[in-house]
Amino acid sequence: MLGGTTKASDIDSPATVAELLARHDYLADEGLATAAFLALRMGRPLFLEGEAGVGKTELAKTLSAVLGAPLIRLQCYEGLDAAQALYDWDFARQLLHLKAAEATGVTDVRALEGEIYDRRFLIARPLLQALETQPSVLLVDEIDRADDEFEAFLLEVLSDFTISIPELGTISAATPPVVVVTSNRTREVHDALKRRCLYHWLEHPGFEREVAILLRRLPECTERLATEVARTAGLLRAADLVKPPGIAETLDWTEALLTLGATDFDPGLAAATLGAVLKHREDQELVRRDGILLAGAATGAGGGMATGAGAARGEAGRRA
Amino acid sequence: MPEPRSGGARDLVATMTGFARTLRAAGVGADHQRTQGFLTALGHLDVAAERDVYWAGRLTLCAGPDDLARYDRCFAAYFAGERPRPGRSRTTVTVTRLVAEPYGSRGQEEAGEQSAVPATASEIEVLRNRDVARMTAAEREQVNRMLALLRGVRERRGSRRFTPAHSGVLDSHRTVREAIRRGGEPARLRMRTHRDRPRRVVMLVDVSGSMAPYADTLLRFAHALVRAEPRATEVFSAGTRLTRITAELRHRDPDVAMLAVSRAIPDWNGGTRLGEEIKALLRLADPRGATVVIASDGWERGSPEILGAQMARLSRLAHRVVWVNPHKGDPAYRPLTAGIMAALPYITDFVAGHSLAAFEDLAALLAAGTRGSARTGRRSHA
Repeated sequence: MLGGTTKASDIDSPATVAELLARHDYLADEGLATAAFLALRMGRPLFLEGEAGVGKTELAKTLSAVLGAPLIRLQCYEGLDAAQALYDWDFARQLLHLKAAEATGVTDVRALEGEIYDRRFLIARPLLQALETQPSVLLVDEIDRADDEFEAFLLEVLSDFTISIPELGTISAATPPVVVVTSNRTREVHDALKRRCLYHWLEHPGFEREVAILLRRLPECTERLATEVARTAGLLRAADLVKPPGIAETLDWTEALLTLGATDFDPGLAAATLGAVLKHREDQELVRRDGILLAGAATGAGGGMATGAGAARGEAGRRA
Repeated sequence: MPEPRSGGARDLVATMTGFARTLRAAGVGADHQRTQGFLTALGHLDVAAERDVYWAGRLTLCAGPDDLARYDRCFAAYFAGERPRPGRSRTTVTVTRLVAEPYGSRGQEEAGEQSAVPATASEIEVLRNRDVARMTAAEREQVNRMLALLRGVRERRGSRRFTPAHSGVLDSHRTVREAIRRGGEPARLRMRTHRDRPRRVVMLVDVSGSMAPYADTLLRFAHALVRAEPRATEVFSAGTRLTRITAELRHRDPDVAMLAVSRAIPDWNGGTRLGEEIKALLRLADPRGATVVIASDGWERGSPEILGAQMARLSRLAHRVVWVNPHKGDPAYRPLTAGIMAALPYITDFVAGHSLAAFEDLAALLAAGTRGSARTGRRSHA
């Protein structure tokens, strides 16, 4: 087993976090590694914001792998309520129990009451599951999609990691779960919630990091292909697109190219697989019109490693 | 927490809280609780390492991407030895600058219009229909007071959230819960229905030079909207860049809010590149299902094609797009600028925004959600 699992208490520096994440093929930069380290040490939720596809959700998954803790995911949506996020009573089974008790002639009402609101009739939803599973990694994904009512009770849970159930009492976590909250920032999340968290803004990876990620995630990818794809991705991000590609899209694209047997960045194949990286018709048209794919391949052939993403960006800037 | 140390620790705390104070002076919301978090984070890291201090502060004291550039500047300055000067050293932009004298040739018309006011009409009625750009300071104050009183009732839309109701669909949870309380007999059926909630409004106020006579009034209108529905309103200013000013507009007092806004907007009286701004808006504020209000005269410095393309995207995402043009109140106005012509096909409602009456109409439009216009595909909120 590569590295196996690690206890949160054994992690003693951001560098260790970065190394552990890297063992699970997640290459974090200094800022993200420090953020994850502090989240583990301070027991605070990590609030990750950034464009779609920069690896927010992936970090939670990787942390769960590093810690050997199950990942409990709560996908947010409008109207998400306590019965879906915290807990719910299994009414059907409660009713069955009641009928069964009636049939066997139980008359002790108080005892019956206690039995009905027993833990076994409680359905734990993600937030309660996370408190009851130790250790665990709780991912609250795309919180900007939920509404303020949800934010209010999430804040309550994240403030002291307890959930009080009127019929049952208070359930609290001895060791709080590692919490990762992600947002695409389509809506400003309430400051009270952010204040509870460590805030990190995730950027698109730089050129070198992107090459490293591609090579790490796709072992069959040649260094040349990775370099050229990363450079083209840099050009695409600098171009005026509706949705600049994230690292998730670059990975998909490279995988698509590899599937078609590419060993270097062929503009023809790249154009054929453009749908893996750009999901808007306007963007595809703009890229075809401006010849960005050709530019990506050309700089790749001529410049080698030395050109770097910075130079590639500058070039795109001039063209725009 | 960092373990208590000797005098060095106290110095450290003083230095770091001083840094938080510097950030606050620069407009980063580094409050007491965040500063505590910062000190705790430092306890886990190496306080002698610059990068560690940098990240500890950035992770605990910042709350959004807007804070990051300010943070970097403060960090560089503070740890290079600069200390915050006591008191506010920045020159504050006063709001009166916005409500400057009417511009251009309209100055002469003003005198004529004032004398033409019918003596019988009440002062308020006159004010209600007068162009705010041609008002005296006193009249403007009166209009501002009335704008502050504007009731920002909002159109309702259906939400995914349920609420108990007398009719609707069966609420199995409550029905069964009640049945359990009654020993398993389903005595009464409980119903639930979708709750409705105010429809979100995303407002974009053009603060470029050509809009200067109207910007203050428009922002005050935006303030009334935010005050009425703080959680369902987002306001941005558009100049050379897009600035989110919702937080500044949340203050109860309109004058305080205006002062905060004037400080937050970095690009008063510049030019506008509306196409770019709307593109940024599409990314920053999710316009899905919202009523988008764009207050601008359509003097586009950028390319009309970009504006047209972005308006097309906006109209596909938003519930409706309302364009408020101060000049539309003029009967002689024709939408002929390239910008407005590019945008016009994608606008649901093209309305005036030059007088109190026009703003009242706009408020009524946002309250009713319809103006008997072409688009009828509106869902009822049952």
